[in-house]
Amino acid sequence: MDKRTVYLDYNATTPLRAEVKDAMITDLGVFANASSMHDAGRRARSRIEEARSAVAALVGAPDPQSIVFTSGGSESNNTVFATMFHAGRSGARRKIVTTAIEHPCVLNAAKWLESEGFPVIFLGVDGQGKIDMDALVREVDDTTLLVSVMAANNEIGTIQDIARISKLAHARGAFIHTDATQAAGKIPVDVEAWGVDYLTLSCHKIYGPKGVGALFIRKGVPVEPLIRGGHQEHGVRAGTYNNIGILGFGVAARLALSDLDRYVREMSTLRAKLHDGIVEAIPKVRVNGHPYDVLPNTLNVSFPGAEGESILLYLDLEGIEVSTGSACASGSLEPSHVLLATGIGPALAHGSIRFSLGRDTTGGDVAYVLEKLPPIIARLRKMSTVQA
Amino acid sequence: MDAFQWLYSDVVKDHFMNPRNVFDPDEAFVPDAEGIVGNVKCGDQMMFMLRLEGDVISDVRWKTYGCASAIASTSMLSEVVKGMDIRLAYNIKPEDIASRLGGLPDNKIHCSVLGDKALRAAIDSWLDKTGRPGLFKNEGAKVICTCLGINDRDIEEAVRGGARDWEGLQERTKVGTVCGGCRKVAEELLHEYVHIFA
Repeated sequence: MDKRTVYLDYNATTPLRAEVKDAMITDLGVFANASSMHDAGRRARSRIEEARSAVAALVGAPDPQSIVFTSGGSESNNTVFATMFHAGRSGARRKIVTTAIEHPCVLNAAKWLESEGFPVIFLGVDGQGKIDMDALVREVDDTTLLVSVMAANNEIGTIQDIARISKLAHARGAFIHTDATQAAGKIPVDVEAWGVDYLTLSCHKIYGPKGVGALFIRKGVPVEPLIRGGHQEHGVRAGTYNNIGILGFGVAARLALSDLDRYVREMSTLRAKLHDGIVEAIPKVRVNGHPYDVLPNTLNVSFPGAEGESILLYLDLEGIEVSTGSACASGSLEPSHVLLATGIGPALAHGSIRFSLGRDTTGGDVAYVLEKLPPIIARLRKMSTVQA
Repeated sequence: MDAFQWLYSDVVKDHFMNPRNVFDPDEAFVPDAEGIVGNVKCGDQMMFMLRLEGDVISDVRWKTYGCASAIASTSMLSEVVKGMDIRLAYNIKPEDIASRLGGLPDNKIHCSVLGDKALRAAIDSWLDKTGRPGLFKNEGAKVICTCLGINDRDIEEAVRGGARDWEGLQERTKVGTVCGGCRKVAEELLHEYVHIFA
């Protein structure tokens, strides 16, 4: 096949969707401060409220006012942990229960609370990335302040049973937060069915602009601003509104919701094609993540005997853009903390590749990958000191 | 290919795409000596195989499990040492390889450190084989950092060269920069040598 560019790193970020881009360009003139009382300000404000309703609809939130706009997923997650710092610093209920496979912004926010004297538990996961529910039941007790479990994992795509985790957390009087950054727009997300108190969203993972996110905050639960200032967002998040970003988020959220069924169908088909093609053409591979409770667009595979950064860069030379759990590519000394948590060991983690598909991925793209990938693995294995 | 260029130099890219002297399991290459260092756990492992005529390296093959700069630096080293006397080859520094490659990102330097260590291990094995254990080999040297094959003599040399603390020692030797498991032992040695030499 002729050389082409195949972007398969949609879990890292997505391109701006044409409809979103067009809407943002059209709205570039919406400049007024949405907190101003005059006509231009009120018009800007009403557009922001439309966007808020669209984002609320994406996550099934009946009250749009439960959505607070932020600068992104990291800020939303940090807002929850800062809230817990204030809620738990005096009093007996201050234990935090989270998992070993969270995004670094949750892990590091939890470690910050730990350094402030909060008891923090990082729950382990099984070989397929599902959290240890027995350990959860054991660890969540009457001193637990917050349970924070991601809805779906960015690296291996494993989906957690948030509804069940919520029930367990609430039964002991704890708050429940889920980071739905990777889940939104890929699987149904429903704050009511899940029963969560806080839910994190990021706009650039759903074909919207970067620098915008949201936090769903259930009415009546505590919240402490991370950024203090004006009275925007009911005082929960100060700072002049990012008009264009938020309007883009609204369009992206509306389209993500209306497209969801088709997205799941198309991604599942393409993922199955890629999965089957790799397993058939390349001996001794290990597919990471859950066999069916997995994001429809995410396929994580370890290639024993071949190192991930080398695979990534040989693929890059063919125009195929993926990511790896290898330490070499991250610049850190450790391979993916998620893959290590699943117990596959460092050698398999170093040899892992994440293919994350998206709206623009075609059957031809998958066929192209299936043509280029096997010889790359064979070549690396041939020069390797390690038996596959 | 622009994105590739900021990551690695053109020379690295060339050696990564077309590695020289890589061992082919289908060819009949019987080495006189070989050496292997590194650990798959850490993400990099290298093996050097030498053919020798006297003490001159007449031919060389290598294998590696590692990243692009591991492949490129080993490939470059294999070209450099062909036809070289083992005394010279033994003294090739990681910095020499990195500079021939047009530089490597800082966090990648340890990969080329591995290349020269694998070569030294192969030369040591040749010296052993030819009954000259004392010529270059660090007799009694004890490997401290198993990831990078760094021994107590390397740490001693670094302290003599001015390393006074853990950061200084790492800067000179890269000890403990991969899995970090050797830090306690390496720090004890560091303090011992600082006490002796500083």
